[in-house]
Amino acid sequence: MSDVQVRASADALMRQTTTYKPPRDPAQIVRWTLLAMGAIVMVMPIVYMLSASMKYPHEMFDLNIIPREPTFENYIFVLADGRFLQWFVNSLIIATITTISAVFFDALVGYALCKFRFRGRYFIFIAILSTLMIPTEMLILPWYMMSLHFGWVDTYWGIMFPGLMTAFGTFLMKQFFETVPDDFLEAARIDGLNEFQIWWSVAMPLVTPALSALAIFIFLGNWTAFIWPLIVTTNSELYTLPVGLTTFSVEQSVQWELIMTGAALATIPTLIVFLIFQRYIIRGVAMAGLKG
Amino acid sequence: MATVTLRNLVKAYGSTEVLHSINLDIANGEFVVLVGPSGCGKSTTLRMIAGLEEVTSGEIMIGDRVVNHLEPKQRNIAMVFQNYAIYPHLTVRNNIGFGLRTAKMPKADKQKRIEEVAAILSMTDYLERKPAQLSGGQRQRVAIGRAMVREPSVFLFDEPLSNLDAQLRTQMRLEIKKLHQRVGTTIVFVTHDQVEAMTMADRIVIMKDGHIQQVGTPTEVFHKPANTFVAQFIGAPSMNMLDARWQGGRLHVAGQELGTELALAEGSAVTLGIRPDDLVVSPEPGLFSGRVNVLEPLGSETLVYVDIGGREVIARASGRNPPRLGESVHLAADLANMHLFDPSGKAIA
Repeated sequence: MSDVQVRASADALMRQTTTYKPPRDPAQIVRWTLLAMGAIVMVMPIVYMLSASMKYPHEMFDLNIIPREPTFENYIFVLADGRFLQWFVNSLIIATITTISAVFFDALVGYALCKFRFRGRYFIFIAILSTLMIPTEMLILPWYMMSLHFGWVDTYWGIMFPGLMTAFGTFLMKQFFETVPDDFLEAARIDGLNEFQIWWSVAMPLVTPALSALAIFIFLGNWTAFIWPLIVTTNSELYTLPVGLTTFSVEQSVQWELIMTGAALATIPTLIVFLIFQRYIIRGVAMAGLKG
Repeated sequence: MATVTLRNLVKAYGSTEVLHSINLDIANGEFVVLVGPSGCGKSTTLRMIAGLEEVTSGEIMIGDRVVNHLEPKQRNIAMVFQNYAIYPHLTVRNNIGFGLRTAKMPKADKQKRIEEVAAILSMTDYLERKPAQLSGGQRQRVAIGRAMVREPSVFLFDEPLSNLDAQLRTQMRLEIKKLHQRVGTTIVFVTHDQVEAMTMADRIVIMKDGHIQQVGTPTEVFHKPANTFVAQFIGAPSMNMLDARWQGGRLHVAGQELGTELALAEGSAVTLGIRPDDLVVSPEPGLFSGRVNVLEPLGSETLVYVDIGGREVIARASGRNPPRLGESVHLAADLANMHLFDPSGKAIA
């Protein structure tokens, strides 16, 4: 066999080796199929929302994904309507303030319950946790009575007050503060910081992933909140986005294309927040899972 | 700099007393090491001096002030923790300067102080790095730097070298000792490692079960241990302990009779202690004879575990010509280097 032939057969062997693929694992095919089906189920409503927002009313109930006559007229109509912008701003203000407040107070209470030893600590923690078992629907009546009594109906405060501190957030933060070694806090204590400074400058930076995850959960929850803002507001100028969108449906007809357009626009801020902080959400949830 | 005085210091958790009437005087500029096994109360004592644990009863004085009811920050102390406790989100500069946050001094002076401390600890090139980018030894230096920058009157070290590997530990040990010689501040250092205690301390405080067993210089505690616990805790390998009896003017031990001058009552039971360093394998018949069970070559010498009448003792042999396993050997010792303890474990003078 000549040198050239030997080299050629060696090359052929190399090609064979590099192109070899192991047979697919049937279990993996099943897993992927199930995941793909799940993904389709999750993504379809969003795809349909985007599709419907670009359709004319007469095409609304055609199930085709790609509109026959795509249009942005719905977006122009919704954005030109001053009310949409007002609702968007309302939602932004309410979700932002609620998020800042809840993250602050949840972390503060979670820290105190985790790091301080005082009488009744366990009882308070259990009491806070037990509120998680009460469904929101049951709380709406007392919240409304309170709002009526204190004159909070049709105010930002009225919409925000139930969410300014959350039991879930307190629980989550308490669990995360368990991961902060006491040595850090004691070192700061010796360095002359007071308890609030220790919490703010030492403990809080060490639980940033948890704070980010909590902030995103709370922001999303408030951005999409519907029942309570609907009940506590009668003035359409104070509506939040989800409540405002319902005004596109009137007794005689429902303007689905406008509702879908509004919903699509409402998704943008949450999408931005999620894309920026998603790694924190995943890390936060994973850590909470480990500690919980 | 300051003295530290502990007077009848007691710590109890509920009805469980963990420190029993501790009395200790630490001189100005002294390097004192608290050493003992886990749970002996050494860290609790240190944390009480720091103000991190409440005092159940007794007094702690730093300088001429009773500090029992003062906050940690008011005691003018600095503490270095076992796991460094340096903040991962801050740079080395900010970590070292952390203790100056509450200090009322111009920003420029703070920076100058940080840079001086970093220079002493050879950390100038790392000032802008985060702790994650540092090695274990460098992190420990940052922790020491944070303590130094405040120029406290007392440094407290809580097992600061435990997390380092053996080589780095030896290096940091030397650095801390040099640092003490340079700044001269009073240091209270807690460790469970008797080698650390011996090599660093001006005086060693040996603790067990919440009691001080002995206070003395490294030489004193090694050569004149107050009791069997100290005798066995200090020195590696541990001191050999053999049951003995004083009868007919001779000390009967492991089937041998030793002629020595002792003022003991006839029939007294005692414990004879001999450090492995003082018990050598000898070609001539000596104190004991026995069979070699185990050999531990250390290079320059070999530790020989010898069975003498059912009791195993550790002796020293040459590193070049050690005995063989199972061989019968003679062990010799200078009777002047032996230690005697009464049945309660207390040293007989």
